[in-house]
Amino acid sequence: MKYMDEFRDPATAKKLVEEIKRLAPIARGQRDMPLQIMEFCGGHTHTLFKYGIESMLPADIEMVHGPGCPVCVLPMARVDDCVVIAEQPGVIFTTFGDAMRVPGTCKSLLQAKADGCDVRMVYSPMDALAIARKNPDRDVVFFALGFETTMPSTALTLLQAHREGLKNFSLFCNHITTPATMRAILTDPDLRLDGFLAPGHVSMVIGAHPYDFVTRDYRKPLVITGFEPLDILQALWMLVKQFAEGRCEVENQYARIVPEAGNVEGLKAIAEVYETREHSEFRGLGNIGDAGIQIRETYAAYDAERKFKLQAAASTHDPEHLKCADVLRGVMKPWECPAFAKTCNPQNPLGALMVSPEGSCAAYYAYGKLAKRKENT
Amino acid sequence: MCLGIPGQITELVDLEFLVAKVDIGGVKRDVIITCVVDDEHPAESCVGDWVLVHAGFAMSRLDEEEAARTLALLAELGDMQAEIDLMRQVETST
Repeated sequence: MKYMDEFRDPATAKKLVEEIKRLAPIARGQRDMPLQIMEFCGGHTHTLFKYGIESMLPADIEMVHGPGCPVCVLPMARVDDCVVIAEQPGVIFTTFGDAMRVPGTCKSLLQAKADGCDVRMVYSPMDALAIARKNPDRDVVFFALGFETTMPSTALTLLQAHREGLKNFSLFCNHITTPATMRAILTDPDLRLDGFLAPGHVSMVIGAHPYDFVTRDYRKPLVITGFEPLDILQALWMLVKQFAEGRCEVENQYARIVPEAGNVEGLKAIAEVYETREHSEFRGLGNIGDAGIQIRETYAAYDAERKFKLQAAASTHDPEHLKCADVLRGVMKPWECPAFAKTCNPQNPLGALMVSPEGSCAAYYAYGKLAKRKENT
Repeated sequence: MCLGIPGQITELVDLEFLVAKVDIGGVKRDVIITCVVDDEHPAESCVGDWVLVHAGFAMSRLDEEEAARTLALLAELGDMQAEIDLMRQVETST
């Protein structure tokens, strides 16, 4: 496919890897540990594993897999809320496929469906709206999940429902914002990071400037990058160049998709519909102020949380033997969790990191044997 | 979750609701184009545009010049590497 295949050329990848290898020791300098680079986004984690990029990198660079996978940071209690809504008589609960198999404390949405709830997988929130139009006597709820990439699509869908005066459509809003989550990571005392690969598709919505605090306040270089292997390798090359030349900047490798100011119409829709929550609990990250998003009072009629009078979710902790939180924060590798590949596997996932193909546990399980061996030796 | 796929707008379906047909790797789908149109680039001029599609919405107009620039830079890197390799060969042989 155009604009994908040319960013997968193996010969160019090889040359980029050679350049990275040449610069990495200079970039690492006097550090006693390898450079710790976090790819924030689960999509980048997936590319790293799918193309075996980590095994090509020199020992001076270590990738730390970030929490940028919305289903992975979703607390179990929120899945329980989804099930509570889906169990209401007359409800059609619609969701992206990623969220179907995420375990709640009692069951997943897939299990709720098996138990007779009307749970439907959709590709777009607009598909959920179409279901609402076709079923005026049913209450259609869309599970609005995801970082800023997805927020314009759910906001515009809500605005469309409002224009049409649809009374039987609502969003269960669980959006989360990237810069606030990054700030939480940067203030975590257990985590030592040197730089970031920033998510390309979040950035096409928010632009490059919301990351300015990362370089200004925390002195961590950051490169916004795309999702093809050459994108990631070029971004890593740009990042090691920054270290080697003593620079600390926000750079944009993905300029073909990411305008500096982001997407004006998308940001307008987000600002119209959403506001930040004061406190939100995330799996592995705890309570982060300003990272969670809720629907503004003006659009309360389209807010499933208000419509179904959900109680504020009680704090749920992962079972003791599951180390999802530590893996999410990047302080533990997936295979160091006692449940990894034993009681927790893609067929029977106990934690969300094993459910989503973007979760680092699922990625290690599917592709990670080489990387694991490399680190063991 | 944040998956986005490049596709090309082939026709306008609904000008009022800003729906267009987008060819994504041979699959044609109705996509909302609200986020890629403005006064300077109205819906009528979108046919032929490459866009990034996420969850049924065109979220960015692909900048074909920037794409070409990135590829040119990568190709240049290849040339530079070839030159370095050549220099090394010359050094070792002399």
